[in-house]
Amino acid sequence: MSPPASTSARDTILARIREALRVPAPPPHMASQAAGATAASGPGSLTVLPLEMARPWLPDGGETPAEQLALLTDNLAKLRAEVHRAADLTGAAEIVAGIARDRGWRRVAWHGHPAVEPVVAALDCETLRVDDNAFDKNALESCDAGITACDAAIAQTGSILVSSGTCGGRALSILPHVHIVLVSLDQIVATLSDALELVRTGYAGRMPSMVSFITGPSRTGDIERILVLGAHGPKELLVILVG
Amino acid sequence: MKPGSPAAALHPVHEAEDPHLAKQKFLDDAAEHVRDTGHRAFVRKALGGYYTNRDTQQARYRDWEQARDAASLAKWSAVNRLDELLPKFVAAFEANGGQVHWARNADEARTIILELLRGAKAKAIIKSKCMTSEEIHLNAALEDDGYGVVESDLGEFIQQLRGEPPYHFVFPCMHVRRDEISDLFGRHLGTPPTDSPEELTMIARRHMRRLYVDADVGITGANFLVAETGQISITENEGNARLTAALPRMHIAISGIEKVVANLDDLAVLLPMLATAGAGQPMTCYNTLYAGPRQPGECDGPEEMHVVLLDNARTAILADPEQRDSLHCIRCGACLNVCPIFKNVGGFTYGTTYQGPIGSVITPHLRGLADWNHLSGASSLCGACTDACPVRIDIHHHLLHNRRNAAKTAPNRLERLGHKLFAAVASRPWLFATGGAVFRKTLWLLKKLRLPLLGDWLATRDLPAAPAASFRSQWRARK
Ligand code: SF4
Repeated sequence: MSPPASTSARDTILARIREALRVPAPPPHMASQAAGATAASGPGSLTVLPLEMARPWLPDGGETPAEQLALLTDNLAKLRAEVHRAADLTGAAEIVAGIARDRGWRRVAWHGHPAVEPVVAALDCETLRVDDNAFDKNALESCDAGITACDAAIAQTGSILVSSGTCGGRALSILPHVHIVLVSLDQIVATLSDALELVRTGYAGRMPSMVSFITGPSRTGDIERILVLGAHGPKELLVILVG
Repeated sequence: MKPGSPAAALHPVHEAEDPHLAKQKFLDDAAEHVRDTGHRAFVRKALGGYYTNRDTQQARYRDWEQARDAASLAKWSAVNRLDELLPKFVAAFEANGGQVHWARNADEARTIILELLRGAKAKAIIKSKCMTSEEIHLNAALEDDGYGVVESDLGEFIQQLRGEPPYHFVFPCMHVRRDEISDLFGRHLGTPPTDSPEELTMIARRHMRRLYVDADVGITGANFLVAETGQISITENEGNARLTAALPRMHIAISGIEKVVANLDDLAVLLPMLATAGAGQPMTCYNTLYAGPRQPGECDGPEEMHVVLLDNARTAILADPEQRDSLHCIRCGACLNVCPIFKNVGGFTYGTTYQGPIGSVITPHLRGLADWNHLSGASSLCGACTDACPVRIDIHHHLLHNRRNAAKTAPNRLERLGHKLFAAVASRPWLFATGGAVFRKTLWLLKKLRLPLLGDWLATRDLPAAPAASFRSQWRARK
């Protein structure tokens, strides 16, 4: 595309937007007076930000670490993820090695990470590391499972936060048939907004090119709205809670 | 699209060739669908699970109504600051190494995408669900240019094989029975028949995996553009969008300009509410933020990432302060799922990219009020859509606004004359009484006469029997 065309398209669109916004639009009809009052302060200077307003009304994320752990476990079960609990990484390694043996896995993919390495070391089968040099997409496609670390687990929704910078790139957590994710208990946060805060501050200046909230194994309801797990992503999500 | 091309065959019956026929097509298709009780029952049954799940998930909110306030505020403050937030998004996205392209209309968007594909020497293209690409008829343009493109979302894949557009913009093939899907896969993929949704899903899964690996360009939509960080947010359940943006060497995302939100924080409100309102889920399975192409130190991901920002008459809606809030739409589909009209006439009858109540509001803006105002009449004005909308768009009132605007620009002279006549009669008691007496005797004739205007209305309605005496004489008798 020739740059001038695009520049003029940009200029035209921005000019149309500015022209359109010269007439202000009334705020939507609100259920609560507080929201109505906030809207009255104008779209550019909301006195209460939407998240602050919504926080008390969104689903609960638990107050104490114990509540958060219970909520996370409960939500993961409802999402049909499989949850395992290990005291430490040695315990986690035994659990994963046992699953790999029972299911006769031939090849498991992984990435370099202090939580992942001891788990992979205990496996009897072939392994594929994705982050030391360019990996073969076909080889990853044929892996039975992928093991990753995570950046956070969210009690409120049962979601796991992974990123391309810290969890072995983009494909490892989505292409293999099973995704095994290692969650240390101190990575559990109460709400989605806590995790988004982590994204903003934790990666500041070096935003990974992909950040993904994974909420249960891949699913679809496209055929007669009947739930089927494992549409294109992992059929199973195994969450190993460590600590 | 060139007539007679294989691409033209992709949209065979669902779009009237001549826009002036849109209304007649709507009336014909609606009449046909409402008589098809099997179809209606099937659609109702498919939606049954949705209502239960939505109610369960909404109950987890400590107050769903007040959460809707916050969600609507987030979108209202973003759409009304588009002049500030859109350039902010672009600057942040470009700083991360992404490239932005602006398209005033569908034609420009298609040209931009075709040139990107040519530049990338693309051979195989994989696509995840993207309604803006339906809006600009992208697949037809790609196929006309000789590109093969595969829809990876299961529902979209089924619709692509059937040669039909989506029936519902969130549940694309909710009208198709499993035996039809089994036959379809048998014909196209050579798989044995099955009546298990699970087995059918696995057939598509197996078929698609090679295609992700071999594709060199992935095309997706975008649910939100985050101005603060320059990320695009994509919501999906199947993992096909994640794969589409992970394996090919180029990622192109197409987004309407209205998708901007100010902050990451806004997503903490909007992502769960989108999932709950649209599909009765606590969160959609994958909510993914893309900041740009693969960064140094990352082991995979595309070398290039492009975002195509599409206007295509969105600025015309923006220029109407009364209906500007229809740009708040997060395309959750809730208003379709609760709409009595949608459930009775079905998704194809609309003949539009966006079906249901929100489609009836915005299509007249996108394609012209004169030819699409009939959609404003396709409503019982029950307000179920407005109640369901997570961002509080005043949907059913906008249908009235469109009717009013249409009446202003193209008044129906016959209707006006009728109203004038009635006003003249009603303001003269003696005339009203005489008229009433005549009318009570001749009411039965109305059904026979097929009068202009009234004839159509009466064709599907029963007339009440006329009372023997007028209200006023009954009142006097009681006194
Ligand atoms: S108008 Fe509201 S309910 Fe309808 S799709 Fe858009 S956001 Fe959802």
